[in-house]
Amino acid sequence: MDKQRRKFLKIAGATALAGVSAPAVVKLTSTPSFAASGHGEAADAHKTDSHGEEKPTGVRYGMVIDMRKLYGKPELMDKAIDACHSVHNVPKFDDKKNEIKWIWKTPFENAFPEHSNYHSSTTTKENDYLVLCNHCDNPPCVRVCPTQATYRLDNGIVAMDYHRCIGCRFCMMGCPYGARSFNWFNPRDHIKKYNPDFATRTRGVVEKCNFCSERLALGKEPACVEALKDTGALVFGDLNDSHSEVRQVLDKEQTIQRKPALGTKPSIFYIV
Amino acid sequence: MYNKRTIIPGLIIFVVLVTSPIWYNGLQAGPMPKPELPPGGELNCVRPAAEMRDIHMSLLNEWRDDVLRNGNRVAVTVDGKEYRKGLQMACMQCHSNKEKFCDSCHEYVSVKPYCWDCHLAPAEIASKKETL
Repeated sequence: MDKQRRKFLKIAGATALAGVSAPAVVKLTSTPSFAASGHGEAADAHKTDSHGEEKPTGVRYGMVIDMRKLYGKPELMDKAIDACHSVHNVPKFDDKKNEIKWIWKTPFENAFPEHSNYHSSTTTKENDYLVLCNHCDNPPCVRVCPTQATYRLDNGIVAMDYHRCIGCRFCMMGCPYGARSFNWFNPRDHIKKYNPDFATRTRGVVEKCNFCSERLALGKEPACVEALKDTGALVFGDLNDSHSEVRQVLDKEQTIQRKPALGTKPSIFYIV
Repeated sequence: MYNKRTIIPGLIIFVVLVTSPIWYNGLQAGPMPKPELPPGGELNCVRPAAEMRDIHMSLLNEWRDDVLRNGNRVAVTVDGKEYRKGLQMACMQCHSNKEKFCDSCHEYVSVKPYCWDCHLAPAEIASKKETL
């Protein structure tokens, strides 16, 4: 009896020791290439670590909004909003709770809450800022979507496939810019005029700015940019192309992004 | 077999009841739908008619994924005319009457595709064109 107990304790001790030391042994004996394929590649695949410099690869569409050209001219912003909303059959709801917005106006403290607005200038106080989906390089909405109804295209546009949207509204929770709206009602009842080249949405899906993918495909600029073309307030282009108009502006001017500390890497820049 | 006298007539009644729609319609499936050919007189579709009859739904899904996900918006050319991929952009350009084309068959086979929850039929576009 005693002998058996002694043997049992020995085996138990040896097993416990082997279990504890196993990870260290595996780590020491594994080849470097194995280790690299485990961790190194994963780090590469996640090419945009949420902080630090973006790597300019491929096309990445973005926009600069020159607010200096829009101060005191809310009618210009309305023109851009109307152009966008009529091209994309965006319904108009009077009740703020049901509002659908692809591009809209908002006060400075809402657009740039990370920037101080203590004793801000009268211009800042009196003017609204034009905001839209930021087409982030590291979009939180895409990460939270359970059906992959929203995704980042190769050209940097954060797009949506309304066919797949189940209306769970995770993306609305994920988006720190409020750029997404939910269709609580049938949008068709609230559209005055249809654009025959674009579909509407249906009740129960989320919608947002698509950076006018359908217009880009036809070689046109986004509707908001086109609407304000003569003012030059909105400049659209490839952020990774050093010769593009948008890059010329970015190289020359001091610009800010919305909520940069979140690490979403917005593609919309502001000159304020 | 126990209760033969009730079970067998019962089974017969059951079978007759279940198949009654077939007897009611006189072993006919009703008049076959005749979807309207394009009023504009176009003769060729993006694929042969027989193929379209079979796979138009998968073709639409393919187009959807091409346009929305794969960034492939290359237009489809039929008889020298270009059509952008899409239900509203391509199909409805020729088959301009949804009721006489799409619905005629879909109603016959009792399928209810949800295309039209979002996509606009030509008649709907016309209903909200002038008002502003």
